[in-house]
Amino acid sequence: MGKTIAEINEKIKKGEAVVVTAEEMIDIVKEKGSETAAQDVDVVTTGTFGPMCSSGAYLNLGHTSPKFKFGGGRTTLNGIEVYTGLAAVDIYLGATALSEDDPKNKVYPGKFKYGGGHVIQDLVEGKDIELEATSYGTDCYPGKRLNNIINLNDINEAVLFNPRNLYQNYNVAVNLSDKVIYTYMGTLKPNLGNANYCSAGQLSPLLNDPYYRTIGIGTKIFLGGGVGFVSWWGTQHNPGVKRADNGTPLTPSGTAAVIGDLKRMSGEWLKGVSFLGYGATLSVGIGVPIPILDEDMAKFTGVSDEDISTSIVDYSKAYPEGISESVGRATYAELKSGKIIIKDKEVITAGISSYYKAKEIAEELKTWIKKGDFFLTEPVAQFPDAESGYKFKPMKMRKLKGGE
Amino acid sequence: MYSEKIVLHIPSNMVDKPIVYKLSRDFDLEFNILKATVIPNEEGVLVLELKGDKNNYDKALRYLEAEKIKIKSLSKDVTRDENKCVHCGLCVGICPVSAFEVELDSRKIIFKQDKCIACGMCVNVCPYKAMEIKL
Ligand code: SF4
Ligand code: SF4
Repeated sequence: MGKTIAEINEKIKKGEAVVVTAEEMIDIVKEKGSETAAQDVDVVTTGTFGPMCSSGAYLNLGHTSPKFKFGGGRTTLNGIEVYTGLAAVDIYLGATALSEDDPKNKVYPGKFKYGGGHVIQDLVEGKDIELEATSYGTDCYPGKRLNNIINLNDINEAVLFNPRNLYQNYNVAVNLSDKVIYTYMGTLKPNLGNANYCSAGQLSPLLNDPYYRTIGIGTKIFLGGGVGFVSWWGTQHNPGVKRADNGTPLTPSGTAAVIGDLKRMSGEWLKGVSFLGYGATLSVGIGVPIPILDEDMAKFTGVSDEDISTSIVDYSKAYPEGISESVGRATYAELKSGKIIIKDKEVITAGISSYYKAKEIAEELKTWIKKGDFFLTEPVAQFPDAESGYKFKPMKMRKLKGGE
Repeated sequence: MYSEKIVLHIPSNMVDKPIVYKLSRDFDLEFNILKATVIPNEEGVLVLELKGDKNNYDKALRYLEAEKIKIKSLSKDVTRDENKCVHCGLCVGICPVSAFEVELDSRKIIFKQDKCIACGMCVNVCPYKAMEIKL
């Protein structure tokens, strides 16, 4: 016997819904079996907290007097370049944007102390932000130069809008070369000196709904400490990869685009980060509730770190050269044990995403639902699924006409 | 008798020089090597306990400085800002002396300051700038 989302919401309203985290669900399914678990549990909460480079926020700055056209001009916030190719006072602040003066990797490895992600964190924490802009001036927008201090409270819309978050599984990064390398997967010591992974595994949202049955466009989520929605499937969504019997993909697969009101988020769950030698970005906390509609959903959410595995990739050669080659596989249980064996060598493992904070998010979302402050939504449309043929393609290289 | 524990950061071009031997021969200091690591293509890190006459010890430090070797006193000056740490674990794999441990159930990252040799690796690697070193 199945349940509907409407029935689950009715239970939430009455304060009768049984809500557990994806971690707690593992033991419930093990002890009671998936059939009973599906009857007993209504909602499973998931969570993840880690760097998500495809993140950013669009802001409407409000009009000045005399009027100023940011659109088409050049604007910085705390020195960080923002995208102005929108209407007069709309801008987009990307998480990986840097200042023109940042030495970047000219002093190798670059420190990237302050970037777009840090501006987002400062904004969300209510700090004043220095705005500097130049424009070309028009009859209706005469301003050409502007220096001002802005604050999240004073501007109009501030919306976090991330084209790709929530990767469903991710590579483990290692370094087979004899030099230290600095990557978005952290600093990798030579000759398999360490192995870095980046997924909350058993707590990760899309690993608990591997076929995107309940997570789709319109799904309401915990986003950066506030409420947000899944707005589309994420860029690089790649649902057709090989999967284990439990449905979890063996390599990076599905993704989601998310959106939410920045003004209701917090610096606790949106943090600017700096990756040595790579760049600046934003760590985002996301939690997704999964309705236990039937036995299948109970099985999916009962998945544990032992049952989810991923591929180990060399970031000194295979990754930068775009060669799809793996140097082995590991389960998240192995990765979390602190050591894995690669090519007969014991290698220390480290996480990039914080499982500790992922768990806090799943707990927080559980509290919201139990208190009746958060209801579940029915997706308005599904993501392209594993059978859809939808694929993530490399760039096609072509020469300009008349070129060699 | 004066005694002090210090951390030496030896530039890569000096790694193969007999520094410790000189400390004992020219400055009559007793030494005890607590830890020696070479961070690939960066530098060598040597943690020493030196014992001897205070005057000689000071002269030895001046010699090391002249050789462009960075000297730090041990561990006390590496700290973690608990408000900034998100317990991701990136420092765990990078620390040469395993000064970070993962607490089993909570997956909290524990910083064992007494193990730290102040090499500074985690300070650069921590994306949240939670690790601080006083020079
Ligand atoms: S790398 Fe930084 S944030 Fe991550 S656990 Fe270590 S100290 Fe904490
Ligand atoms: S400075 Fe950081 S990486 Fe170096 S020994 Fe101390 S804790 Fe470990």
